[in-house]
Amino acid sequence: MEFKETYIGRIFYGMRSLLIGLHTTLKEFFTKKVTEQYPENRKTQHISERHRAMLYMPLDENGNNKCIACGLCANTCPNGTIVIKTKTVTDEETGKSKKVLVDYTYDLGSCMYCQLCVNVCPKEAIAFNNHFENAVFDRSKLFIKLNK
Amino acid sequence: MFDFSTITTAIDQFLHSVLPSQAALLVECILVALCAVLAYVMLAIVMIFMERKVCAAFQCRLGPMRVGPWGLLQVFADVFKMLIKEIISIKNSDKVLYNLAPYLVVMSSVLTFSCLPFAKGLQVLDFNIGVFFIMAASSFGVLGILLAGWSSNNKYSMIGAVRSGAQMISYELSIGLCILSIVALSGTMQISELVAAQADGWFIFRGHIPAFVAFIIYLIAGNAETNRAPFDLPEAESELTAGFHTEYSGMHFGFFYVAEFMNLFIVAGIASTLFLGGWTPLHISGFDSFNTIMDYIPGVVWFLGKTFFVIWLLMWVRWTFPRLRIDQVVSLEWKYLVPIGLLNLLIMTLCVVMGWTF
Repeated sequence: MEFKETYIGRIFYGMRSLLIGLHTTLKEFFTKKVTEQYPENRKTQHISERHRAMLYMPLDENGNNKCIACGLCANTCPNGTIVIKTKTVTDEETGKSKKVLVDYTYDLGSCMYCQLCVNVCPKEAIAFNNHFENAVFDRSKLFIKLNK
Repeated sequence: MFDFSTITTAIDQFLHSVLPSQAALLVECILVALCAVLAYVMLAIVMIFMERKVCAAFQCRLGPMRVGPWGLLQVFADVFKMLIKEIISIKNSDKVLYNLAPYLVVMSSVLTFSCLPFAKGLQVLDFNIGVFFIMAASSFGVLGILLAGWSSNNKYSMIGAVRSGAQMISYELSIGLCILSIVALSGTMQISELVAAQADGWFIFRGHIPAFVAFIIYLIAGNAETNRAPFDLPEAESELTAGFHTEYSGMHFGFFYVAEFMNLFIVAGIASTLFLGGWTPLHISGFDSFNTIMDYIPGVVWFLGKTFFVIWLLMWVRWTFPRLRIDQVVSLEWKYLVPIGLLNLLIMTLCVVMGWTF
């Protein structure tokens, strides 16, 4: 029989494993605490970039977006959160007609943050940002027009 | 060291000068009871706050921070909530025993509490078999728990109470053996003399190896005695909802809760009295200037400091280890702690007889 399995051996091995456990929690006792005290830490709080808080449309300095009004995002949305209004414009030089975005409405209240719209977009025209403080007193304020 | 008995004898003489001796005794009893219960409750509040903060720190959290600065008022809010809650009476329960049980638990805990020496002369009960009295008084808390489980008319309460009976009665043996080995070392059972004997060296240093082993066994058994994790079988949440106090609400539950915390304080207080010198300051022979500086720190601070250190040790254990199974609890006691305790008592006696102590 090995020493580990004897009566005396079990006492010593048991004590050793208990001390390892105590050592682990003691280290934890003195490490920096992870609690975030939210309203007070607004300036220092860190939110993961991948956090999906609100859909937005990245705009360049002139206020132009990359949207080609294809409607894939509106079609793929399970909740019908996105409503797109378009118009057809004929190019005067080439004579070809082209769809142009008029109104991109996003209903924050029915969005379930699945990110399907962002994944399906061929031009990366929409994305999620970190602005999570979205509480309002009126539902109508949750309908947001994303394009300028 | 400042002797508190000068104050108490002054009050005693004043009362006897203005009142007949019977009335003076009555007034003194009321005053002492008031002070003891007040200290009991205040310490319980401090302990609950400490428990929440220490638990949080071990889990890498901050704990209560919202109510008052650093959450200092959180416990007061909890106590107030507990006080205004309804005490529900259970159908088909044994009404008398059901209402009596929490008071038995609190009574045993207050009785034991009044034996603790807070400073020189600051002790409610002090007589020649003080250690025996502590053991006897702390033992009948288990009666309250058994009655609570029995009278609730609930299977979970009953199982919890039976487990608690098995556990607390077993572990009392280890506590007794540890206390006995210290009594063998000191040769007295009176608490004030036990503390005074440690003025030039705490028993954990003077009794070296057997005293240290007794200290460790005492901490393990004391943790089991207070029904705290890893020995919290009587109230195993996952199996028994809340064990023996499942059916209690309001302040009746509050009594169990407070008594549990104060039992922890009492176990730590007795540990610091028996092993760490109670209210006696730390003296190192040879360093006279160091010793005089240590003497300036009042005895209450020493006692509470040591006690809260031991409480911290017990909380450390509590928030580290998972719960034991009932057969493991019992086998730990009967197969390991009792034989080691008996052997330790033998070694301690041998050390004392041969004069191998400091």
